This record gives sequence, structure tokens and C-alpha cells, in this order.
Amino acid sequence: MVRRYLRLLTVQLKASGLQALQYRADFFTDGFTSLCWVFTALAPLFVVYGRQPEVEGWSFGEALLVVGWFTLLQGILEGAINPSLTGVVEHIRKGTLDFVLLKPADAQFLVSTQRFLPWRAFNVLTGLGLFIYAFMLLGRGPSPLGLLTSLLLLGTSTVLLYSLWILTVSAAFFVVRVDNLTYLFTSIFDFARWPSSVFKGVAKGALTLVFTYVIPLALMTTFPAEAMLGRLPVASLVGAVVGSAVFAWVARRVWIRSIGHYTSASS
Amino acid sequence: MNARGLMRALPTMLRVSFAESVAYRAEMFVWVLSTTMPLVNMVLWMAVAKSAPVGHFGQADFVGYFLATFAVRQLTSAWAAWLINWEVKQGTLAMRLLRPISPLWGYASDNVAGFPMRVVVALPVVLLSIALVGAHKAVPQHAWQWGLFLVAVLGGWAITFLANVAIGALSLFLDSSQKMMEVWMVLFFVCSGYMYPVEFLPDGLRTVIDWLPFRYQMGLPVELMTNAHDLPTALGLVARQWAWVLGMGALAVGLWKQGVKCFAAFGG
Repeated sequence: MVRRYLRLLTVQLKASGLQALQYRADFFTDGFTSLCWVFTALAPLFVVYGRQPEVEGWSFGEALLVVGWFTLLQGILEGAINPSLTGVVEHIRKGTLDFVLLKPADAQFLVSTQRFLPWRAFNVLTGLGLFIYAFMLLGRGPSPLGLLTSLLLLGTSTVLLYSLWILTVSAAFFVVRVDNLTYLFTSIFDFARWPSSVFKGVAKGALTLVFTYVIPLALMTTFPAEAMLGRLPVASLVGAVVGSAVFAWVARRVWIRSIGHYTSASS
Repeated sequence: MNARGLMRALPTMLRVSFAESVAYRAEMFVWVLSTTMPLVNMVLWMAVAKSAPVGHFGQADFVGYFLATFAVRQLTSAWAAWLINWEVKQGTLAMRLLRPISPLWGYASDNVAGFPMRVVVALPVVLLSIALVGAHKAVPQHAWQWGLFLVAVLGGWAITFLANVAIGALSLFLDSSQKMMEVWMVLFFVCSGYMYPVEFLPDGLRTVIDWLPFRYQMGLPVELMTNAHDLPTALGLVARQWAWVLGMGALAVGLWKQGVKCFAAFGG
């Protein structure tokens, strides 16, 4: 069973890889635009930290780590999650999801792996670059334990991101026209670019609650950054692991229920 | 087409476009909701200003500034570049070219007809801003300020729209100019006062930005809305803005006229 799905995954990856190799020049154009967008995340930080050395207990180098995680996850989102799931919306609208459902494999697996855009993952490299720059500014390296924890959190963040995406896409079964819903998702993810403690002062902490429990953006970028700095409480780590598992489970249930509403729109 | 024909056609085009914008109101609403960038930056600056004001900006000023940014963004946004790219790629631009009126009027009317719906969205945000920080930080106080603010919003929209057309027209030469539009957007984000008031930038950079179009797309209307300038300064800035409108207009129309000549209508 697992071996069969691994083989399927290799086939899908190979197909996407071959396609990407056809458009090699995209590596540079996508890379260039991604660097530009990263600059928009950095510009406000430069302006803020040009005026004061610390915001809500985060120095410039530390805040850079959060931006680094934001960029890295954006790379995963745009390279591995977005392309496939945008395809699902298209399938639902055109009614071609039939062909996926007929195949003798799990539909969620098939639609989630149907397309990867390796060149879009350029942001992952940029994110790593930001980590190096941040630690140079901080004048020390991450602790080995912190690094291990942050790797674990990379896993949980990806799971969270993917689950939130599945939840968004499930909406397509009900409202059909959601290609801009996906855009909305990316816009909300923009809130993850600052350390989550900046939200403390807004609306009496209500935003912090929302971004920790409802849309767990804090878990995705601030937690791994804190782990790298070696100051993430163990309780938060456990919370992140359990939380992402719960989110994945809920997303799976919602997907199965939503697919029951699929009516093969076009024919 | 002469001016009289244009005057006859425009009301109908606007009516059609308005009906479309009403029909797709849910979609527009989602677009509006995805304007999160002002809010993302608002919370950051509120955290920065928590202990001490930044320049003459306290927390309330930031709330006023960024909610104004949100409202102005709704009123001045344009998306013609993506549309032109799409229509060039699909070849459907041919349909527009067949009409006895320049497609640019069509794009403009699509954009303008969305205004009423966008005002409906922007208004509650402005009211919220007034409730949160008081009218003197949220909306213009005098008649001349209102007047200049409206002129500046119109100018900001015109620059945005014409830049969209200019970059969209490049797709007629280059097959696709979407990447170029993205670079333009990045410059807009960084230079326009969308993410932070431009007065926080170092002096040298500000001089450069005063000469670039971006600030006049967003920063100027927002500053006028939050009463940042006295009359002479405001007049000077609006004059510069309209100089950019003219320049951008000439560029857009020139590029478009040249570009249409190489349109091959593939795909259609």
C-alpha cells in the first residue's frame, strides 16, 4: 500500500520535473520575481528597525528569522501545494474531476500531487539565505537541538499549510468559483510575516488567539523561528505537533464529506 | 472614432460594465477581503508605536493612515494589465479590436464601473476609522481638502490604470508581460507609502520617490485624506501627480498604438 503510493508519487514528481525542464528559463525569471517579493517583506522591517532596535522583544536579526520562515513556507506553498490544488478548482468547475475519481487510488492523494512547480520553490533557497544572514547579524549559530526542533516544526507547518489549503479547496465543491478564494488564502498568509507577538496589542489580544488557534499562522513561522533561537517552550512544541495532527484530521474529514457533494458540473 | 460617437457609446459601455460588476459582486468582495496588506502593516506599526510615537505618528495616526490606505486602494486599483495579457494570449483581443472604439475605453469602463461597488466597501472602513481615531485623523476637514483629495484619488487611479495599460501593451511585443507587472507591483509596494508612510524613508530615498510615479498612486491621496499637508504643499504635489498622469497617458497610448500593429491574434 505505502509502496504503491510512493511509486505513484515518483511518477507524478517525474512528470512535473520533466515539464519544469522544458521551461528552464523560468528558473531565472521566477527566481528574480521571488527575490523582488522578498524585498517587499523586508522593506518595512528595514524602515522599522532603522528607527528602533527592538519591537515587542524581537531584534532585527530575530525578526529576520521569522521572515525567513515565511519565505521558505511561501516557497513550499507556491512550489508544491498551490499548483496542485488550483488544479482541483479547475477540475471541479469543468467537471473533469470525474477522471480523477475513477482512478483506483485515493483522490486526495492524486489531486494533491498532480503538479509541482520546482522553479517556484526558489523561495526556499531565499529563506535559507535569510537564515544565514540573520544568524550572522545575531553573531551566533542555532543550537543543534533548536535546529532539530525547527526541522520537526517545518514538518508540522507544511502539514498545517496543506490542511488549511484542503479546507479552502473543499469550499470549491459548494461555491464553485473559488480561484480568487485561493488568492485570499495567500493574502491571509501574509499576516505570518511578522513575529506573532506584534498582534498582542491589537483588539485586546483577540488577534493572537485567532492566529494561534483558528488560522494557526503563529505556529507556522514564529514557532520555528523561536525554536531556532532555542527559546520555544516545550508546551508550545507539543501544541504545534498535536495541533497540526488535529488540523490534518479535520481537513481529511471535510474533504471526504465535500467530495460527496461533487456533481460533475459540466455534462 | 470621433468624440461624439465616443460620448454616445460610453454611457452604454458603463451600464454594461456596471451590470457585470453587480453580477460578480461575490467575487469582487473576495478581492476586497484579500487586500490585507494595509492591515498586516498596520498591526506592525501599532506594535512599534506602542511605547512611544514614531515621528509624529502615534498608534491612532497609524490606524487612521492604514485604514485610509485600505480605502484608497479600493478606489484606485486597476487590473487591466492582467486582462490585456490574458486577452493577448487567448487571442480574444481580436473581438475588442473589431469594435469601432478603442479597446482602451473598454478597459477603462470596466474599471470605472466598479467604482460604486468599491465605494460601498470603502465607506464602512472610513466610518470605522472615524469611530476609532476621530474625524480629524481619518477624513479631510475642509472643503478644499475634500476637493484636492478627490482630485488626487482620480489622479491615483489614472496613473495606476495607465501604467497597467502601458505594461499590458508590452505583452503585444513580448508575448507576456506578467513578470514585468509583478516587478512594477513590488516597486509600488515599496515606494508608494502602501506599507509605511513615505516620510519614514531616509531623505535621499525620498527625493527619488518624489520623482517616481508610485507615491502619487497611493501615498498622496492617503496623506490628503489624513490631512498631512497644508494647501501650498498639497497643490504642488497634486500638480506633480497630474504631470505623471499626462506622461503615463502618452506612454500608454503610444505603446498601445505601436503594439496593436504587431498583434497576431493567435489562438482565437
